[in-house]
Amino acid sequence: MVTATREEQVWAALAEVPDPEIPAVSVVDLGVIGDVRFEGQRLTVELLPTFVGCPAIEVMQQQIGERLRNFATEVEVPVTFSPPWTSERISAEGREKLRASGFAPPVAIQAAPSASAFGDDELLTVLPLATCPYCGSRNTALENPFGPTLCRAIYHCADCRQPFEQFKAV
Amino acid sequence: MSELDAVPRQALAELLLTVADDEFVIGFWDSEWTGIAPMLEEDVAMSSISQDEIGHARALYELLAGLTDTDADAIAFGRPAADFRHAALLNHARTDWAFTVARRYLYETADAVRLAALARSSYAPLSELVTKMRREESYHLLHMDAWLRRLAAAAHDRLASALERAWPDAQAIFTPPAGEAALLEAAILPDPFAALHERWLGQLRPVFAELDLPIVSAAVPSDGRTRRTDDFAWLHGEFTSVAGSEAGATW
Repeated sequence: MVTATREEQVWAALAEVPDPEIPAVSVVDLGVIGDVRFEGQRLTVELLPTFVGCPAIEVMQQQIGERLRNFATEVEVPVTFSPPWTSERISAEGREKLRASGFAPPVAIQAAPSASAFGDDELLTVLPLATCPYCGSRNTALENPFGPTLCRAIYHCADCRQPFEQFKAV
Repeated sequence: MSELDAVPRQALAELLLTVADDEFVIGFWDSEWTGIAPMLEEDVAMSSISQDEIGHARALYELLAGLTDTDADAIAFGRPAADFRHAALLNHARTDWAFTVARRYLYETADAVRLAALARSSYAPLSELVTKMRREESYHLLHMDAWLRRLAAAAHDRLASALERAWPDAQAIFTPPAGEAALLEAAILPDPFAALHERWLGQLRPVFAELDLPIVSAAVPSDGRTRRTDDFAWLHGEFTSVAGSEAGATW
């Protein structure tokens, strides 16, 4: 039997910390954990916010610090934008958990050929079709790219007539 | 780049303050639409966009606070109105929806040009933050592009006159911060603001020609980031009222 390293134990503990806004997924599923490292008695866990202005950042820092406090005398949870969080960081398991709780997982961003004039072309996006998390239909329409939280968009399914949210692609 | 010399360091602080104040002030103005936007969907959208902007301002103020050994909240809420460095475009009250769309379209497009440049900054903490911000800003840009086209078709004259009002002060987004030369020399700013201004106008011309909307060309004013108005004095009183009610409190 192989004993888990301290880092592996930290990752396992982090997998028990839920996202404050969508508790069905953990911070690990969501891909918001960056580097995890021990330096002597200090443990540093980098947090990559989904959105710069996410109001849940401080709650996440507290919950992570609390869950990990037995791992080191000093636990730090700094916010970093390097690398930037993107929706590609959500794990396969995280996507399935999102779908099961009524959220369409984000779809890969495509470049928009028409609206490409400003700033840098490849970042301008066309919003891709979401798959309805209830009936699996692709016959859906974007109602609003801005939803109840910064990271969610609102869709409507034309087949099962159910409104639903999508975790936004960024 | 913690070993920045005093001169570029001071200039970087000025630059951060201008971008942060722009995001902060437009975020506060447009958050006033929460509950009273033309339709429910737009209530949610404008609130979300405003929340993004204030979040960007916060991250920029924190960068600045780290650089100058101060506190982000003190920078945001502890300064007198005269010390703000936002562009004159953001001195105006919210007024009507046509003006909000006109102003925000001009702001978002100018901001996109500015952020594309800052994403190439030699100052890594800034380029990293801006790279992340741009992924969010692209949604704002798409949203305002849709509104500009919608109003150009449905309320053309009203939009055109709102644009005519917004244009002269919009140039002030490209009023450079004090110390631009030092920023360019240190490659903290990859292109001069004059070049960014030209780039922006070049990108707007075909869109405005297509929609038959006016472009009012004007020089970039040298005092574009120091002029303040009664409208802004009022907004400043609003957004500092809670922090000012209990000095030094932890919220």
